Amino acid sequence: MDDLYRDYILEHYRHPHNFGVLEAPTASYEGSNPLCGDRITMMLGISDGIVREVAFTGRGCAISQASASLLTDEIKGKTVEEVEAMTPDDLLDLIGIEISPARLKCALLSLDTVAHALADEAGEKAEAGGSASAKSQASSPSQG
Amino acid sequence: MAELATTGSSSQAAPARLDPYRLRADFPILATANRFGKPLVYLDSAATSLKPLAVIEAVDGYNREYSSNIHRGIYEMAERATGAYEETRVKIARLINAPDPQAIVFVRNATEAINLVAYSWGRRNIGRGDTIVLTEMEHHANLVPWQLVVQEMDGDLEFVPITDDGILRLEVYEVLLHLRPKLVAFTHVSNMLGTVNPVREMTEMAHAAGALVLIDGAQAVPHMPVDVQEIGADFYVFSGHKMLGPTGSGALWARRELLDAMPPFMAGGDMIREVHLRRSEWNEVPYKFEAGTPDIAAQIGMGAAADYLMGLGLEAVQVHEQELARYALDVLPREVPGIELYGPAAELRGGVVSFNLPGIHPHDVAQILDRSGICIRAGHHCTMPLHERFDLAATARASFNVYTVPEEIDALAVGLREVVRIFDR
Repeated sequence: MDDLYRDYILEHYRHPHNFGVLEAPTASYEGSNPLCGDRITMMLGISDGIVREVAFTGRGCAISQASASLLTDEIKGKTVEEVEAMTPDDLLDLIGIEISPARLKCALLSLDTVAHALADEAGEKAEAGGSASAKSQASSPSQG
Repeated sequence: MAELATTGSSSQAAPARLDPYRLRADFPILATANRFGKPLVYLDSAATSLKPLAVIEAVDGYNREYSSNIHRGIYEMAERATGAYEETRVKIARLINAPDPQAIVFVRNATEAINLVAYSWGRRNIGRGDTIVLTEMEHHANLVPWQLVVQEMDGDLEFVPITDDGILRLEVYEVLLHLRPKLVAFTHVSNMLGTVNPVREMTEMAHAAGALVLIDGAQAVPHMPVDVQEIGADFYVFSGHKMLGPTGSGALWARRELLDAMPPFMAGGDMIREVHLRRSEWNEVPYKFEAGTPDIAAQIGMGAAADYLMGLGLEAVQVHEQELARYALDVLPREVPGIELYGPAAELRGGVVSFNLPGIHPHDVAQILDRSGICIRAGHHCTMPLHERFDLAATARASFNVYTVPEEIDALAVGLREVVRIFDR
């Protein structure tokens, strides 16, 4: 009866893949969705332009956690360019269920957090190379 | 099933009881169904209430029959609009037993009312080192405006803490009053815990310490008799849309001499007596605070809502909603094993019940309930500090109104069991 809560979504929620921490991530970012209290920290281990390792921690609703589980599976082994090129629609296809407008932020938090982690890393590299780059903050307007 | 207002069965000498089953016919939206064909079970009245036909028709009547601006036109239709608008002031004064209808200032909602006081009174009366005392259970609307005031004026905020049961710790409040705050601002009824605060006692204590008192009545005025004179408050604010009125309506009441001394909050038309190119003179209270064309239809609708509530009797409304809270606090733990409930005992609360199902995020709870036509709130309910106090990211909340019946709480219990079933399978 419930498209949103298919078995595989709940399975990813209960037993998320890649849940944990990396000892020495080359990029990491904590993203949050103040509206629901979803919170995800993404950690990436990148070498030679390839995402070799990925892990996340956090808590939140089934949609946000299942999304992070699916996304981390997807990006492992991909090049940074490939990950950066991922669009919200790509992630929604991956999740494979219809997400209502009110839950889009939950579904997309994982990708948003990965994007910020990569942007931070790129910024740090640029800074090391002499050019300044402002760090961005993941945020979305809080309700109420 | 609770012995709640079975039609015409009561023969007690107690005050008139409310018959929620009969008055549900006054709310056209209750006859609608959601996209799954399920009838509406609306348990989100603390966010905004449903509107009875009397309110809908009052708004419609203005738009259809006498849609004209107020305080300006000489023609009959404009006089009718002005009359209906000003009559609402009288109705609202009666609703909260304010001595002077001219001390009712129309605003969009409680948030705007508090901002008005914060900007106009706050920036003139809060100075360096001055303290404002708030509580841990405030809605962001009664917190953030004061943060801005003390940041700008270099003042301080202090907070009355709460117990684990969600009750204000008055012994700490008493100690905070030794700081001689200029203002104490607190909610009458908590929108998350449902706690009904002892506002009269707290006001007396504040006055004895030399502080003025602002009370956020957004969750009180719709649900219980409120008497601003008996409470002794200096400022009292509430929204129309939570009391069966339209969105865009609300009121600030304050002691007349306070309003007289306050500078305008917004400037423009209607709030002036004389305008010259380089200076102006302000209109009298309350018009000094009502710049520009207001939401005339909404305020007239709020007047109709006040009539409707007074017609039901606020004592009867309070009894009804307290019985619903008691019923929910009894049924939910019995029918939904593991449910965590927040807030005080039913005697100390209004019709608000916040809860969590262990291991299931409230947004998931709300989403699954939606399939059954059940509307609840999920999130932090604009009380993030209060959720931090309980170390919660979010909660689910069911809240009641005059049209709520115990069968809807039964439906909630069934829905919650379904949520648990989906997550446990």
